[in-house]
Amino acid sequence: MNFDLSPALISIKISVISTSIIFILGITTAWWMTNYRGRWQGLLDGILTLPLVLPPTVAGFGILLLIGVRGPIGKFLSIFGVNIIFSWYAAVIAATVVAFPLMYQTSRASFEQIDANILNAARTLGVTEWKVFWKIAVPMAWPGILAGTALSFARSMGEFGATLMVAGSIPGKTLTIPIAIYFATAGGQMQVALVWVLIIFTISLTVMVAMNYWNKRLIKIRQGPGR
Amino acid sequence: MGLTIDISRKLHGFKLEMELSFEREIVGVLGASGSGKSMLLNSIAGLARPDKGRITHDETVYFDSARKINIPPRDRKVGYLFQNYAMFPHLTVEENIAFGLGKLPREEQKRRVSELLERFHLSEMGKRYPSQLSGGQQQRVALARALAVEPRILLLDEPFSALDEHLKNHMMKEMLESLKSFQGTTLFVTHNMAEAYRLSDRIVVVNNGSVETLGTKQEVFHNPKSLLTAKITGCKNTAAAIRRFPRIVEIPAWGIVAETEGEINSVKGAVGIRENHIRRAAETDRINCYPAWISDENEAPFRTTLYLKIGSPPAHSGDYHLQWELDKEERATLTDPSFLICLDPARLFFMKEAGT
Repeated sequence: MNFDLSPALISIKISVISTSIIFILGITTAWWMTNYRGRWQGLLDGILTLPLVLPPTVAGFGILLLIGVRGPIGKFLSIFGVNIIFSWYAAVIAATVVAFPLMYQTSRASFEQIDANILNAARTLGVTEWKVFWKIAVPMAWPGILAGTALSFARSMGEFGATLMVAGSIPGKTLTIPIAIYFATAGGQMQVALVWVLIIFTISLTVMVAMNYWNKRLIKIRQGPGR
Repeated sequence: MGLTIDISRKLHGFKLEMELSFEREIVGVLGASGSGKSMLLNSIAGLARPDKGRITHDETVYFDSARKINIPPRDRKVGYLFQNYAMFPHLTVEENIAFGLGKLPREEQKRRVSELLERFHLSEMGKRYPSQLSGGQQQRVALARALAVEPRILLLDEPFSALDEHLKNHMMKEMLESLKSFQGTTLFVTHNMAEAYRLSDRIVVVNNGSVETLGTKQEVFHNPKSLLTAKITGCKNTAAAIRRFPRIVEIPAWGIVAETEGEINSVKGAVGIRENHIRRAAETDRINCYPAWISDENEAPFRTTLYLKIGSPPAHSGDYHLQWELDKEERATLTDPSFLICLDPARLFFMKEAGT
């Protein structure tokens, strides 16, 4: 059997990059929303969470509208002769949009749980808001942030619908594991599909279990041997 | 000079309006929960924003709604000790204390941290995490952390409420030592009268968003000016009173006429006497002596509270006029069904405001 491993590499590359983007965007947005008490809170939160509940094809459609050759971003980029539609950049964007809410929601929930007195205590000690965020809020919310990262990574790995719409299924370029499974199954190559199923199963489970253990260790160190 | 506050804020049907001014002193803040104590502290620290008004400290304007000035908490130099101590759980004791010292050179940071560790008897604890400390140790770390940045104002929000009785006394003594060397204004919120009396120079009583009283602790405790102040400072025995002569009042609810030490300058008002200021009449007592019957009793380990009815035997256990707190030994000597009690004129205070 001639087995092409490129979908695994493409999936991992896309997921690592999109998870990195989501990590930064997700926690900063979550922190901002935690402190935002304005009237648009509910609406903003809804919009940021929407990709989680909508069909990925809707996300794909939206991305196409923006970065397609006729979309505002697509038009702008075409001035420089750049076309990101049907490239792996588009796959990264699709994965980022779809997996973002998981990071955002999980880290926001952890930020909300931090005792306001602790953050206020830090503020009265003369440090900047940035230091309050980076040295207090993020470390204290770290278990949730880790969980969000693991979930986003697994979600990025599994992204199918939006990716197919905006990045297509170009072998060696944008053909990811989920798309490979789809086409293998559609073409009757059940064994190939099964191998990919096992691979994606292993990668996703490993990442989530590893994050869980890391989390447990962190919590143990922080709480010490106890009294 | 000192700390001057004149603020107002409306919030969910609650209205806060306070005008206060403090020197370099320790001020106890008394008031029921929801009376605006926390909002006052948070406004000073810059954690809450009043709608209108001004907060100034010496020459520095912290807040001025008219001039649109609102200095962020980090620039106010206000140390805040939270009720739950608000330790940073992921940082060691040393790191907690050094948290606000980032601008100083490393050597100076180290020197200051070790100085504070020593001063607060925490030298052995530097590398531990907050979860490995007792409540008393956490409180010391929190105080050390607040003092590390050399604040000019110190806000203490019920610092002893999380400690057990035994530790409380000990910590209060230590706190008093630390506060003695502190050169700024200290505001100290508490529900505990003994704490307030022991630690503060002056007392402010807040009620329903406004200042009820601000005075020396002697004034506030021994001669409260309003019924509410008397009640908030723990006076259990109050009743409406009518002036009959300059120093004689009638107290209809208790069915007695009593003499006061000072002259009364208002026709109607109320009187009060603290439950531990009532005493059994001695042979030599000539004034304010009344026959009393016990209608109920509430025992504590060493002291007991008797519910007394003046003038006639009580009909049931809820039928009483006064609460009298006394030693158990003295309680044991009260064997007769009725006896004479004395409401010392020096202890019986008159308040202009009418009460129940």
